[in-house]
Formats: sequence, structure tokens, C-alpha cells
Amino acid sequence: MRGEGQVPFRAASFSPRHRPWSGAATLAVFLLAWQIGSSIGAIPDLFLPSPFAVARALWRHALSGDLWTNLLASLLRLAVGWTLGTVIGISVGIAVGMFTLLRSPALALVSALFPIPKIALVPLFIIWFGIGEGSKYATLAIGVFFPTVISTYSGLDNVQRNLVTMGQSFNLSDWSIVRKIMLPGALPSVLAGFRITISVAIILLVAAEMIGADSGIGAFILAAGNLYRTDDLIAGVVILSLLGLTLSALLTRIEQAAFAWR
Amino acid sequence: MADERTALATPLANDSGSTASSTRLKLEHVSHHFGTNSVLDDITLDIAPGEVVALVGPSGCGKSTLLNILGGLIRPSKGRVLMQGEARPDCLNPLTYVFQDFALLPWRTVEGNISLVLEDKIHDDIARCERIGEMLRLIGLQDFANAYPKQLSGGMRQRVGIARALAVRPACLFMDEPLSALDAQTRTLLLEELATLIARAAITTVYVTHNLNEALRLAHRIVLLSRRPGRIKTIIPIESSIDKRREGDANLVSAEKRLWSMIRDEASAADKELDDAR
Repeated sequence: MRGEGQVPFRAASFSPRHRPWSGAATLAVFLLAWQIGSSIGAIPDLFLPSPFAVARALWRHALSGDLWTNLLASLLRLAVGWTLGTVIGISVGIAVGMFTLLRSPALALVSALFPIPKIALVPLFIIWFGIGEGSKYATLAIGVFFPTVISTYSGLDNVQRNLVTMGQSFNLSDWSIVRKIMLPGALPSVLAGFRITISVAIILLVAAEMIGADSGIGAFILAAGNLYRTDDLIAGVVILSLLGLTLSALLTRIEQAAFAWR
Repeated sequence: MADERTALATPLANDSGSTASSTRLKLEHVSHHFGTNSVLDDITLDIAPGEVVALVGPSGCGKSTLLNILGGLIRPSKGRVLMQGEARPDCLNPLTYVFQDFALLPWRTVEGNISLVLEDKIHDDIARCERIGEMLRLIGLQDFANAYPKQLSGGMRQRVGIARALAVRPACLFMDEPLSALDAQTRTLLLEELATLIARAAITTVYVTHNLNEALRLAHRIVLLSRRPGRIKTIIPIESSIDKRREGDANLVSAEKRLWSMIRDEASAADKELDDAR
């Protein structure tokens, strides 16, 4: 440590930043490499169809209309099942978050039932709710229900106690405290839970449609797989991925609008 | 403009024309413990209508606990608190707090935070807006009505906290170290404003602080608590009227020295205590 010189800057790195364009570029390079691999014959077509072949399959099914029929059937199941699970889940989550009497019993049930893979129960749901739409709705709703309960009550648990005390010190009614302090305070956690439950719902949707359905993206993928139409199979998977991306982007928008105050 | 002046001149006047609070608070043999930890021991204190009392003591002496007992936010282990006297007819929340950490809802604007405490009681939207406007003018927040708390400085946030407390026309005002989360400069400025407001409002006020300077500037009486378990050590009345006191007054400075000499040993001992009470 002798001599003199400029003091080196040492506080670099450990602060990753977000660069959307490099994310898009990564996907593009990935697709390009995949296409080149297929074009030069390094990747056999049956083994993994080229992106171009997948796009062609998508286009074919879009034109014939069966893509839309299947997508619509899946979207409807997703909407009904997810909404059902979310509404019931939030209600139970609020009850658990508010009432001592319900807390331990409900949490015991949630802890016991949450880890069960819902896919394993699909045959049972078919016996209970029929082979039709009922069993699909039930599968999704139950899968969505548990994470929603957990995100709701933990959101309520994390509402700052001092805000609740403030409300009480101003003699706000219990109902006002719930509506104006507890629920808005829990909302960030509830919306973060939506991110998880949307993915869960998509996974369960496909599983349910593979076990007992003649329409929907899951049935489409299963049929393609049975016939070794791998281009159709990948096309179905691409649809699922796009569905997840779209819903996640939608949620980001909602969060930005709801949390302008952050 | 004229409108604004009248609002500033009589910000807290009620219909009968008298601004003074007529509520007396009495603590009778109040003791409190958290678990096996005794925090307060046999506190008896009489707070006259319109009086400003500062609770001072070393950290952990139970000042804040006592304040929360006074306003019914903590049930004392022993003893009781009495409130005597009719509250003003327009009083919406007799026992009102200003919090150390402001306790503002981050998702509500300045206006919305004041509105929160009025919504249950003033159902007429116009009347409520008028009350909010009056408070914003009183505390100099007119231009920030639609700002969110995160956009405000600490001093501005506490101004909102004070405006919210005064909006309900309290009979008693409880302030829990309202300036301690602020930087020294903001604290000095807000202390002056607070002194003016308190002197003018003449609300029965209990002000918890560990800052002797604040206590001497604002209080009619300083109640000195010993370290845990908190007991009343001495009560020091301050004769000069609050709105005439100035920062650096010779008698305030000498009183501060005297007070400090009384508590410095305890403060030092309290500082070295293991803190299992919290």
C-alpha cells in the first residue's frame, strides 16, 4: 500500500437491473438456434418439430377453427373454476384472518389438504361431479382455493397493527376497519397470490382435460400426442404458454393501477 | 381570502363560542405489567381541563403505556382512568391520538386520511369536505390534499396526523412522541407550530416525550417518571404561558438543566438495562 493513485470504485455489482429487450432477445436467439438445428437436420422432426412447423400447425388449426373451439372451452373452464376457487378462498381467508374461533380449525384443514396433488383427485371429482364441466370446475376451484386462503389470511396478518389501533383509537366501527384498513392492507398479498393461482389453474386445467374431456387445449394436446403429431402437441403447449404470459401481463397492469400509492 | 382568515382565526371554535376543553382526566392508582414485568407502579394523576401535561422519563419507563392506558387502548392491570366533564357537542371522538409513526394509510391521500376518521360520523359529503378543507388550511396542507403519504416528508406526514386528530374536535389529545421520527430541523419548526396550535386549541393534552426541550416548550406541567417500573418522581409546573415561550428563553434553559440533572443518572442506568419488557 505505497505510492499514490486514484481511489478505485469498489461498490460495483450485486445490483441486477431489469432489461426487457435482452429478455426478448434471449427468446429470439433460442428460437433461431432451434430453427437452425431443425433446418440442418441436427434435430429430427418427430423428435422435436421446428418452430416453423409449429407455427404452420397453429395456423392450420386457427384456419380450421378447432383451435378457437378448444381455446374457448379451456378459457371458460379457467374463468369459472378460478373465480369459484378465488371467491370461496378469499372468503375463508378473511374468516381465518379475522376470527380466533375459525383460525386453528380452518388452518388445520388447509395444512392437511393443501399438499394433496389435486390431479390425483380428478377421477374422484368425475365420480362426484360428473364427467362434464362440473368436475373440471371443481378441480380448478379446489386447486385455486388453498393458495388463495393462505395468501389472504397472511395478507391480513401482515396489515400493520398500528393502523388497526389507529382506527380503533378514532372509534371507527369494526366494519369500517375491515373495509378501509384490513382489506386494502391485505390486497397486495392477495394479488400476489393470484399470480400463483393462475399458474396452478392452467396446470390443473390441462390435467383435467386430459383425463376426461373431448374439447379444450388439454384434450387437444393429448390427442396430438396419441397420434404422434408432435407439431400439434408443441402448438398446444405454445398456446398454454401464451395464455399464462397474457394473464400475468394483465395482472401486472391491475397491480400497477391498484398500487399507485406505493 | 377573507374566508381563509376567519378559518385560521377560529379554527377550533365551537358553537357556544368557547374553545376550551372542559374534560378532566384522572388516573387512580394505575399499575401495569406485561407478563412478569412491572411497567407502571401506582400512578395517580389529575389532569385539569385544557391543561397540557408532558410525560417525561427515561426510555422504557412506561410513558407510552401510560398514554395508551389514558386513552383506553391498553387495559391497566390495576387502577382506573376517569373522564369527567361534558365534551363539546360537536366532538366526534373525545380521546384522540397523534402517533409517533404517523399511522397514515399509505393507500389514501392526505385528504382521504383525514376523511377516514370522519366518514363514520359525518355522512353529509359537503360537510365532510368542508371540515377536511378547514383542517388542511389550519395545518398548511392545502396544496397537498391529493398527495399520497409516501410523497410527503416526515414533517408533512405528521402534519396530516395532527390535522386528522384535530378534525374530530377531540376533548383530549394524546401525543406519543409526535416529533421523534423527524429530523432536528423539521422538529424545531413543527414544535413551534404545535405550540401555537395547542395554546390556541386549549384541549386537554398529554404529550409523551423523552425530549426535555419539547416538554418545556409545550407543557403546563411536566410529569417526570422514574425508570421501570414507572412511578411519578416529581411534577414540575411551568408558569409562563405557552404562546409566550420562545426557544432559548433563559428560564427554560435553566429549567432544562435542572431537569436533566434530575434524570441523567436514571437515564444512564435505564440505557444499560437488558430490555426484555419489549
